[in-house]
Amino acid sequence: MPEPHGIWGRFLARPNEDPVKALGMAGLVALGAALTVSTAATLLEPRQAANLEAARAARMQAMVDALPGLRVVMEEAGVTELQSRLVELESGRVLPGDATGFEAEPTARDAETGIDLPPEADIAGLGRRERVAAVHLLERDGAPVLVVLPMRGTGYQSTIHALLALEADLDTVAALTVTEQRETPGLGAQIERADWQALWPGRRIADDSGTIRIEVVRGAASTPYEVDGISGATRTGNGVTAMLRFWMGPWGYGPFLDRLAREGMG
Amino acid sequence: MRRLSHHLTDPLIRSNPVTLQILGICSALAVTTALATALTMAAALIFVLCASAAIISAIRRHIPHAIRLILQITIIATLVIVTDEVLRAYAFEISQRLSIFVGLIVTNCIVLGRAESFAMHHPVGPSVLDALGNALGYGLVLMIVATIRELFGTGRLLGVPMLPLAEQGGWFEPLRLMQLAPSAFFIIGLLVWAIRAVRPEQAERPEHRLLSRRGEARP
Repeated sequence: MPEPHGIWGRFLARPNEDPVKALGMAGLVALGAALTVSTAATLLEPRQAANLEAARAARMQAMVDALPGLRVVMEEAGVTELQSRLVELESGRVLPGDATGFEAEPTARDAETGIDLPPEADIAGLGRRERVAAVHLLERDGAPVLVVLPMRGTGYQSTIHALLALEADLDTVAALTVTEQRETPGLGAQIERADWQALWPGRRIADDSGTIRIEVVRGAASTPYEVDGISGATRTGNGVTAMLRFWMGPWGYGPFLDRLAREGMG
Repeated sequence: MRRLSHHLTDPLIRSNPVTLQILGICSALAVTTALATALTMAAALIFVLCASAAIISAIRRHIPHAIRLILQITIIATLVIVTDEVLRAYAFEISQRLSIFVGLIVTNCIVLGRAESFAMHHPVGPSVLDALGNALGYGLVLMIVATIRELFGTGRLLGVPMLPLAEQGGWFEPLRLMQLAPSAFFIIGLLVWAIRAVRPEQAERPEHRLLSRRGEARP
């Protein structure tokens, strides 16, 4: 074997049992692995985001299709898809402007367009929330027929993204669709199943006094405000409950829905 | 040439990792409901197994014995993450259906098994051939199981209708059992049985023997 040259040669020539070599090899392999993984993640991120976006749009479309009679109403109204509007959450005002391409999470993270939530209000574990959100509406004769509210909340091990569709009374659930989640496969991930989501239509969000009562319960539901939980996924169910209560409450779409009920689309 | 090519051909049937060593069963159950997912999974495993064998074999002289498993797992996990990311970017729908099973290639005993028992002791060429052979052997079993399960469970292959379904006026009633996990056990079991019937030397000797009433000897 020729005499090793340079730092590199001397390093490789060390016996494998040498601690410096062991640490060095561990470091080198870890470095190589980290570089490979981060390069792949960075390069492929735009394509993956586009795929997720397409899947979300397809789910939105599927939800519209799944709502009984909605297609008919839309055809009568002469529209093919829901209108997207920007809403200032704190005041509940509808803002002028185009809502296409609006993304909630980056907007919430941004120092300008997002706000920190006070801990006592942050029941869905979001940390920050966007000032302006996109909502999707179907209106006829100036009154809303269907309101679709995008929402997200912290589940057991992931952020759950969902679309909640409300009927014209702004209280009865028309549909709930989970658009993105990474809960435990086979347990919490069942919130994405059609048969669980089919439990939602007809549920009510708040009682007559206006208190938000909607809840995913353990076991079977017994009131119009309850939805059957998934056994083995209590914390995912709690996450969905907290998400709905946050977004339907004063820190979420509450002001917008109040204004909508009071003044119509104005 | 014969000396090299047997690395590739041996694991296809004779020492198939699934039917002889009964490795990689977990994913073989989960991803074989349809041929398309099984093909994707097999392709992912071929890439991970070959690339990990090449890398580990290339640096095998410099892998300290005490931390060799950690290094192997790190390399394998890196390749698996990259594969998963690529699938999510270019084969989104299938990656959704494979869910966690691409990620679970890390724990697939075939990968670590080949790295530890072969790539650590052989040059790059034979290591890659051995890895390719084992991955193809795994893929072959996946193909067989998935073909049977999809064809008889849904009447389709790769999503294309093959058998006329009863509900559309044909004669074929899909066997729901084929779409459930136990059917994969049955099919793999029958495969193992068939291979061992042809090659009796593969049958393991029973570790314990039942004694007749009069045979006094007790363990």
